[in-house]
Amino acid sequence: MSNSQTTPGIVPARLPGEQIARNFADLHAPYDAHEARVAADRCYFCHDAPCMTACPTSIDIPLFIRQIATGTPEAAARTIFEQNILGGMCARVCPTETLCEEACVREAAEGKPVEIGRLQRHATDALMARNVHPFTRAEPTGKTVAVVGAGPAGLACAHRLAMKGHDVTLYDMRAKPGGLNEFGIAAYKSTDNFAQAEVDWLLRIGGITLETGKGLGQGLDLNDLQQAFDAVFLGIGLAGVNALRAEGEDMGGVSNAVDFIAELRQSADLTGLPVGRNVVVIGGGMTAVDAAVQSRLLGAETVTIAYRRGQSRMGASTFEQDLAASKGVRIMANVRPVAVHGAGAAAEIELEYTTEEGDRLVGTGETLRLRADQVFKAIGQTLEGAPEGIQIEGGKIKVWDAGRTSLPGVWAGGDCAGGGEDLTVTAVAEGRDAAEDIHKVLMG
Amino acid sequence: MADLTTDFLGITSPNPFWLASAPPTDKEYNVRRAFEAGWGGVVWKTLGSEGPPVVNVNGPRYGAVWGADRRLLGLNNIELITDRDLFTNLEEITRVKKDYPDRALIVSLMVPCDEASWKAILPLVEETGADGIELNFGCPHGMAERGMGSAVGQVPEYITMVTEWCKTYYSKPVIVKLTPNITDIRHPARAAHAGKCDAVSLINTINSITSVNLDMLCPEPMIDGKGTHGGYCGPAVKPIALNMVAEIARDPDTRGLPISAIGGVTTWRDAAEFMVMGAGNVQVCTAAMTYGFKVVQEMISGLSQWMDEKGYAATSDFIGKGVPNVTDWQYLNLNYVTKARINQDDCIKCGRCFAACEDTSHQAIAMSDDRTFTVIEEECVACNLCVNVCPVEGCIDMVELDKGAVDPRTGETVGDYANWTTHPNNPSKVAAE
Repeated sequence: MSNSQTTPGIVPARLPGEQIARNFADLHAPYDAHEARVAADRCYFCHDAPCMTACPTSIDIPLFIRQIATGTPEAAARTIFEQNILGGMCARVCPTETLCEEACVREAAEGKPVEIGRLQRHATDALMARNVHPFTRAEPTGKTVAVVGAGPAGLACAHRLAMKGHDVTLYDMRAKPGGLNEFGIAAYKSTDNFAQAEVDWLLRIGGITLETGKGLGQGLDLNDLQQAFDAVFLGIGLAGVNALRAEGEDMGGVSNAVDFIAELRQSADLTGLPVGRNVVVIGGGMTAVDAAVQSRLLGAETVTIAYRRGQSRMGASTFEQDLAASKGVRIMANVRPVAVHGAGAAAEIELEYTTEEGDRLVGTGETLRLRADQVFKAIGQTLEGAPEGIQIEGGKIKVWDAGRTSLPGVWAGGDCAGGGEDLTVTAVAEGRDAAEDIHKVLMG
Repeated sequence: MADLTTDFLGITSPNPFWLASAPPTDKEYNVRRAFEAGWGGVVWKTLGSEGPPVVNVNGPRYGAVWGADRRLLGLNNIELITDRDLFTNLEEITRVKKDYPDRALIVSLMVPCDEASWKAILPLVEETGADGIELNFGCPHGMAERGMGSAVGQVPEYITMVTEWCKTYYSKPVIVKLTPNITDIRHPARAAHAGKCDAVSLINTINSITSVNLDMLCPEPMIDGKGTHGGYCGPAVKPIALNMVAEIARDPDTRGLPISAIGGVTTWRDAAEFMVMGAGNVQVCTAAMTYGFKVVQEMISGLSQWMDEKGYAATSDFIGKGVPNVTDWQYLNLNYVTKARINQDDCIKCGRCFAACEDTSHQAIAMSDDRTFTVIEEECVACNLCVNVCPVEGCIDMVELDKGAVDPRTGETVGDYANWTTHPNNPSKVAAE
């Protein structure tokens, strides 16, 4: 095969294998022990630390950093895992620049926060490398809980429930657990099959039976679950994808960014994964950046992110935008798709410039065309397959304190549930808190 | 440019930075490198009596305490005096002194505490042409077990006795190096003074165990599963050395006795501080052992710049100038009242001042919901802890209350100078005159 970056169409192996392997290496290389101690030493051990407040899972960050600084990263990991059992993945994928590291007083002082995310990874890697699980189960309660969806919310919920002594059955539609940790998220943030390793490690708590290939409407019915279990937690994510509502959307070469990312994550050999010569990603969130950057890393000649509003309103953080730019992705703001042109397969995309009048987006009538043999839609996901009768609000399952839904005995959390940002770390917090609430209710 | 030339006991050196008697000055090769690097003087590693030289351990001889990023803060050692032949050393000293007549070269000595031993070695040293001798009454490990080093330095009578022998059998300046492993440094200094020494140098190393290996449950450095106490030095010991230097400088019994200061001198600033506290020059070891001989260049340029900025033309202009400002606690002005003030523009809201004050001091800092930290003057005793724990230099300062102002904590008006000696709470107060 002798494809190159300029080979027309959607083809694999635009770059040599070694180059692709290098491109998809760890985005942030792990610290070695000395680097970790130096980084940890920068922490001021703030009183009532702002970073801790900024963390959706409220990890005691100053404490775990001090534990690293004093040579006990395993103890640091325990501090992390007590609050966030997926602390390993969160260390890799959290937009720390808008959470803990943004709140770090050293960010205010010198524009250079303590690298909390990398330190968290150092600690969690250290403990996981010992191949031990830090928690043990409480005495069995005899209670059973069904957790639907083995993504971050479901995993966090299942783990906490198992720890409390309940027996959990964890279902997932896909063949593998992990949810977006396994099927979403750019590959360079979760290298070496980390997502599966983390799930395996998490399940070592015991008391969790994993059943894959099962979901609501796919062999499971909420009523049955309510009958069979003492409680049900829904962490079903957002399975639907918004449409472009542009002419030619069903043309070959137009697909969902989440599907591309999932396929990439499941590819054993990235040189076999085809990518367009000229790729256009429609959207402005993390998914758009993940699809765009990975297209470039696979060897697409040009990659453009087309976002309908001003760049400052993009969902992707500044760090993510800079990352995209550094990989050669062009970010176009204030353009929206009008049509995909081509003879059967996409060849060009037509975009219309937009302006914002107040909060309303209006087209200016002026259009431009970009070469595009591959178009990814990344304009948001939607709730799909929510059970009958459950109250929905703003396109999500409505939840009250600690994830209680409108149905008795049914809790929900993660992206499918209202409230909170759609982040891994938020999902973990919601799953964990729902588990605590379920425990409280079950134990009366 | 200020002139750093320093006259110490009539020995001139181009700058006040000498290398202390220690591993860096054990042989000709090192000393020549030191002089080439710019050191003003060298105290040659301690020589022992004629005969088979001492032996050192063959395992690690140094232990360390580190700060952030493995910065060496303290070093201890269990190395003994030179383990090379006496005559080899003497020949090297002779050659080096001949080649570097403008540099100070002092020979450190440690021989048994009897007159014959000293009488035997001193003429040999005299022949080398070295500028003076330093009596090693300080090393706290190894040699002390044999009745030398700190074993002598801890007995004032011995100090006087040996100093007298040296003044009898040696014509050039005699410096007595003191051990800090005593309760009151003034006593050995007075003893050396009584023996007519020309100067004292201090401090030698402090007895220490730097760390314990938690796998072997053994002090480090570890020699085949055992450890022993060694001499501690480096930046960590500087405050102890500064106090001891100042104590001798202000002691009426030893006032005016030249002092060569040793103990954690790492930068020009450390040197300036020791000299302001009464030292005629400084001796350096750990900084050189950590960074190499080149560090002297920073010491020279830094001291020179500071002198220029302060208008000091020669080192003699500031040596000892701070000694009158060292006093006893009882003479401190109790009517000097200050309050901490947090500069909100500089505050990064870490809250360390709050934690320190709230948990461990006087509950004199308030924290608002938006993390604004302010001093409660009614509670602030001006302890300075908040200043010391604040990571931002200059963010918190201590503001002096004017005379006549009312201290909101005590409700008392700030008055004229008054100290403990006349304070009404003092059971042994003296009547105001």
